[in-house]
Formats: sequence, C-alpha cells, structure tokens
Amino acid sequence: MAAAAERALGKATSRNGERILGSLAAVALGASLVLSLVVAPPDAVQGEVQRLMYIHVPAAWLAYLSFAVVFVGSIGYLRTRKTRWDRIAGASAEIGVMFTALAIVLGALWGKPVWGTWWTWDPRLTTTAVLLLIYLGYLSIRRISDNPSRRARWCAVVGIVGFVDVPIVHLSVVWWRSLHQGPTVLRLGSPEIEGTMLLALLAGVAAFTLVYAYLMTLRLRVGRLEDRAAREALSPIVEPAVEVEV
Amino acid sequence: MSAVASPGRPGSFRQAAAILAKDLRIEVRGRHAAGTLLPFAATLLIAFGFAFGPGREVLERTAPGLLWMAVLFSAVMASRRAYQTETEDGALEGLLLAPIDKAAVFLGKAAAVTVELLALVVAVLVMVVALFDLSIGSPLPLVAAFALGVVGLAAVGSLFGVVAESARTREAVFPMLVLPLVTPVLIAGVRATDLAAAGRTSEAAQWLGLLLAFDVVFLSIGVLVFGYLMED
Repeated sequence: MAAAAERALGKATSRNGERILGSLAAVALGASLVLSLVVAPPDAVQGEVQRLMYIHVPAAWLAYLSFAVVFVGSIGYLRTRKTRWDRIAGASAEIGVMFTALAIVLGALWGKPVWGTWWTWDPRLTTTAVLLLIYLGYLSIRRISDNPSRRARWCAVVGIVGFVDVPIVHLSVVWWRSLHQGPTVLRLGSPEIEGTMLLALLAGVAAFTLVYAYLMTLRLRVGRLEDRAAREALSPIVEPAVEVEV
Repeated sequence: MSAVASPGRPGSFRQAAAILAKDLRIEVRGRHAAGTLLPFAATLLIAFGFAFGPGREVLERTAPGLLWMAVLFSAVMASRRAYQTETEDGALEGLLLAPIDKAAVFLGKAAAVTVELLALVVAVLVMVVALFDLSIGSPLPLVAAFALGVVGLAAVGSLFGVVAESARTREAVFPMLVLPLVTPVLIAGVRATDLAAAGRTSEAAQWLGLLLAFDVVFLSIGVLVFGYLMED
C-alpha cells in the first residue's frame, strides 16, 4: 500500500514537473519567436535569411549539450549500474541526434543563399556531421535488444568513446582544412552583434534548452514505462532474475 | 596455458603477448588474411581504378586516399575476424573464465590485428605503387604513418569487434560505429602519405603527431573500458 502510494506520488511529481517544463518551454519558444522575427532587425548584409541563425545556433548548442549528457549518463551507468543512468543517456542521444540533424539542415538552408552552397567542408560543419554519424552508430547499438544489461554496458562504452573522440576529430578536420584551403567562404565577419540580435539568440538558446529538458522528461517517462512493461510481461516466469537485472 | 597454472600469474604484458601469439598462430594456420583480406583489398583497389581511371593523373592524385580506404575497410574486416574465431566453439567463454586481465585481452587482440594489417599494408602499397603510379619521395614518414595509423585502427576495431560478433544479425552496426570514430586516422593518414609521397617530410611529421595522439588515447580508453564490453 505504502509502496503503491509512493509510486503514485513519484508519478504525479514527474507528470507535474513535465507539465511545468512544457509550459515554460512553450512560453520561451513564443518569446524567442517574437524576438527573432519581429524585434531583431534584419541583418545588414544577409537580410532576412540571417534569422535562421536564431534557431540554427540553439540547435547546434543542444547537439553538444545532449551528447555531453550522454557522456555523463554513460559514466554514471558504468559506475552505479542503475538503469536510470542508461535511460538518461539513451534519451539524450535520441534528442541530440534530432537536433544535430536539424542544425545541419538549417545550416544548409542558410548556407545556400549566403555562401552560395548547401555544404562546405568547413571544420565546424564537418565535425558536426561526424558527430551525427557517431551517435547514429550509438543509436543502432541501442536497438540491439536481446540482453538489456549488456546493451546498457555497450551503449555506455560507445557513449564515452564517442564523446572523447569529438575533440580529436575536430582537431584533425581543422588541420585538414588549414593545409588544404578550398575556395574562400564568406564569413560572418567580426562577432560584433547588435543588442536585440544577441537577445534573440540568447532567448533561442534558453528556449531550446527548456525544450530539451521537456523532451527528456517525456522520453524518460516512456523509458520507465517500457522497462516496466518488459518487466511485467516477464514477471510470472522470471521475477527474481529481472529484479536483479534492474 | 601452463604459465597460468603455475603459482604467480604472468604479468599483463605476458598475458597480452600470449593472446597475440595465439591469434597470429590462428591466422597463420587459417590463412584468413592471405585468403580473404588480401583478395578483398585487391578487389577494392581494382574497383577504385575503374571508378577513377584510366587517366593516370587522377589515379596518381587519389592514390593516397584509395590506399587508406583499402586499409580502413580491411581493418574493419580483420577486427571482426579477430572475434569471430573466439565465438566459434565457445572460445570466448574460455577466454573470459581464464584468470587474465581483460585489458591484456584487448591489447593482445589489438596487437594481432596491427601485425596482420601491417602485412596487408605492405602488399597494398606494392599494388598501389604499381597500379596507380604512386611515387614515394620520402619513405620514412610513410612507414611511420602506416605503423601509427594501423595501431589506431586496430585499437578501435579490437575494442568494438566483440560488439560486432555478438550483433551478427545487424551486419552494418560495426562499420557504422567504427568508420566515423576513425575519421582522424583517415584524414591524418592520407595527408601524411600525400606529403611523404611528395617528399615534404617536416609537414608530414605534424600529422604523425596526431596519429600518435589518437593511438595513445584509444589504447588507453580500450584498456579502461574493454572489461565492461566483455562482462558476459
């Protein structure tokens, strides 16, 4: 009875937290939309297309944030062996892959009118593309489902190794470009940025971070339910074994 | 195996050496590298020739890249092979039950894959020089680039090869995992080979440093985390 009450309480708080985060994210997104579309002036050189930056930069920020969380969650799992850490890492990887892909697509949409090309082998672009591939590999390991605890261990190792690899990939790509300079690309110029533009950018980053937190709570709840469903489906036969596993 | 039974287990280094010797013996007797890997690499090179040839100029310019692509794909196959022999006949269980360091298993496997790949590189290099007209200006950085690059490939491959073997129903998982991770090896290896071929030794040295850093990082990570991959 007490355990049931505790579980109900835990569920209620998580649902509440979810709702609060969801509303906050919606408000912040609305605010950042107004700031980036209405308040911020069009760019002097690039014109209206520059407004894509207000979602491109936050998306790229989320990519790196999520993969850092995957890294932390992976270490947490290997140290504690608590399924919670594995769920955190997995949820964050899924969200991270989505936002990495979004950042790349938005960058391409912006690059075509401004740089005159969808894609250039610029260090940041290239590193982000490799990042996307590494975590797509991570997600494909997650889909191996024959043994949950083994899957969690494997994913944790990939989550750690992948994250450690990113700076090396970036360094190699930077050198690669500097020694093999292609056609010069138009750069954003000096980072002097107008006040309202900076505000719109920061609002975007804040809003996307809230969206990330909201999606995490959703995905974690789904993950908990998935694990419970699997446990209950097995419970008549192997209850003790599964208890040990989790 | 008598060394294990005797009082005082052999050190990790000797354990790794034993794994290395065992794997190489299997390769020499099974002739997998000679029978499968080498023809595979040759097929790839010929296919590259069809794709980019027959103009000599393009082939010569792309030769360092093609050479490394052949080595990269061979590394994927060799790493998978290193664990395939273990899963057959339940040898992996024996290896897990043996009172040896998991890190030693990793280092031994990585060393065996390195030796196999180095032998392969020699053959591939001869083919590329013959087929694509690659001229080698300064051989020393070239040798160093391949030695260092192959260690990095073997480290990543041996770390995740055990995953490849257990996930055999999903063939693409292993290359999908390994190929993006070894991006620095591919870039640095190709650049170093390119510069060495042109005889620009000092510029090639910078890339050798990157390869060395990659090797150190991934061998260390492997030693730290390989045990977690091998718990069951």
